[in-house]
Amino acid sequence: MRLNALYFYAIAYMVFLYLPILFIPLFSFNDSTIVAFPLQGFTLEWYGMMAGNEAMQGALWNSIKVGVSSAVLATTFGVLGARAIVRYRFFARPAITGVIMTPLFLPEIIVAISLLVVMLQLGLSLSLVTVTLAHTLLAIPYSMAILMSNFEGFDQSLEEAASDLGETPLGAFFRVTLPNVLPGIISSLLITFTISLDEFIVAFFLADTEPTLPVYIFSQIRFPAAIPGVLALGTILLVASFLLLTAGELLRRSSVKRLQLKEDAGI
Amino acid sequence: MVDQTAPLPVTRPNVSLWRHLRRSDNFNGLSLVSPTFLYVVVMMVVPICTIVVFSFWTQNYLTIDRTFTLDNYREVFTDPLYSALMQRSLMVSGLVTVVTVLLAYPMAYFIAFHVQKNRMLWLFLITTPFWTSYLLRIFAWRVVLGYDGVLNSGLLSIGLIQEPLTFLLYNVNAVIITLSHAWAPFAILPIFVSLQKIDRSLLEAATDLGDGPIRRFLRITLPLSLPGIIAASVIIFIPTIGDYVTPRLVGGNNGLMIANIIQVQFSRASNFPLGAALAVTAMTIVCGVALVVVMALRLGASRIK
Repeated sequence: MRLNALYFYAIAYMVFLYLPILFIPLFSFNDSTIVAFPLQGFTLEWYGMMAGNEAMQGALWNSIKVGVSSAVLATTFGVLGARAIVRYRFFARPAITGVIMTPLFLPEIIVAISLLVVMLQLGLSLSLVTVTLAHTLLAIPYSMAILMSNFEGFDQSLEEAASDLGETPLGAFFRVTLPNVLPGIISSLLITFTISLDEFIVAFFLADTEPTLPVYIFSQIRFPAAIPGVLALGTILLVASFLLLTAGELLRRSSVKRLQLKEDAGI
Repeated sequence: MVDQTAPLPVTRPNVSLWRHLRRSDNFNGLSLVSPTFLYVVVMMVVPICTIVVFSFWTQNYLTIDRTFTLDNYREVFTDPLYSALMQRSLMVSGLVTVVTVLLAYPMAYFIAFHVQKNRMLWLFLITTPFWTSYLLRIFAWRVVLGYDGVLNSGLLSIGLIQEPLTFLLYNVNAVIITLSHAWAPFAILPIFVSLQKIDRSLLEAATDLGDGPIRRFLRITLPLSLPGIIAASVIIFIPTIGDYVTPRLVGGNNGLMIANIIQVQFSRASNFPLGAALAVTAMTIVCGVALVVVMALRLGASRIK
């Protein structure tokens, strides 16, 4: 009885979570410029219009450039940091970990305005580079969280065995550790890319004349005529995010499972 | 003899020092963690310190006057507009936190205690909307709650209402609904983790000793999941105070929050020092409130035990 009530609650909760978002794809195929019921019939017109939209394609290209670079940077920092924190017990370890994870809890507007002030004070012009640097900062905690759990599952004795057999620490890392944690690294790349792809607040402050995709969407929302286009673009963005996240999650899980299997087999 | 042994004390400690360092956790750990740590320091700690310094300066059009002054803070605390926005922001963030945690708790409880298989799938499905575009989620609510939006037109076409409801969009309620939806997954994860850690034998013991389900929940499950509730509250309460997109897109004039006025100081109005003072004040108040609430909850929990 109790379980049933809880089960229905869980289903209702999932509906609450997903329903508002699902209206975006639903109305992106609706043959009307007004987002309202009843539905007016199926159309692909809003998707077709994207083909000729150069401003949107420019924004997409900007988002990809920023996303790829910040994903690579954040994951590189994540590998170094996660490895250090999992492997070694060093001075002020909890405090240093705390500082690295702080961007997770900070209101993004604080990150945005403080970076804006510093950039302008240093006389640096705002560009996609500043957005990339800021996105790297925001993505580092997520990369760390993924990679720390990944490194924790890795059996340290494998690496010690490599050292005993004469590998240098660097060699042992590349030949033993890296292949084992590679799924975690790819998972971190996919998820940090998604974070950058969807991030709006910081990009809005720091992008200046080169909008990323969310900044472009924001500029379009106020025009009623542009809403169907936003719905179509939003649908593509949602599907892309969902696919990237699913791939990241599957990889992360397969690596955890593989490490567990090895442990079970006593390897 | 002296000549022959002289070089040795020089080279030997060097070699052994290097070896010693190579085996030391401090040396290895700190050198490996330092690039990441320094990046965060340079990109986050230094800029935040700059903001704090800026809040004590003043600005005349484009020139910054670097003499120390408390004028900005005087303005922040005396201008009724700022205190009204600050109060509303605290109220909105507080309500969003309470609503989100209350809604999330049964869900986390369900996954922790009633889902045996597919637990990871549930967690993945819950967290996925959080990763997808924040802007699109707000936009979705605008589409749903709008005057001729999904909800109104849906209710009209099935005949439940005669004319569109006007109280849906552009007010504080819309901000609270949208933010609660946006932050829902972030509340579930910490509560789930703390619930899952609970030793099941404690619950059996309580039942054996005659506690009913409600008493057992109140005396064991709830106090033991308090760390999760506290963590969830803090990670929702602090970031939501800084949200300016939600109030701007669904809040209307009566739903604006402190972050909107901060954003204005850094764009159109371009008074960086005043904006910095507003940001520093907001962060200090929010962290102060969060600290007091966390302490009170902890104290309350220790009383129950």
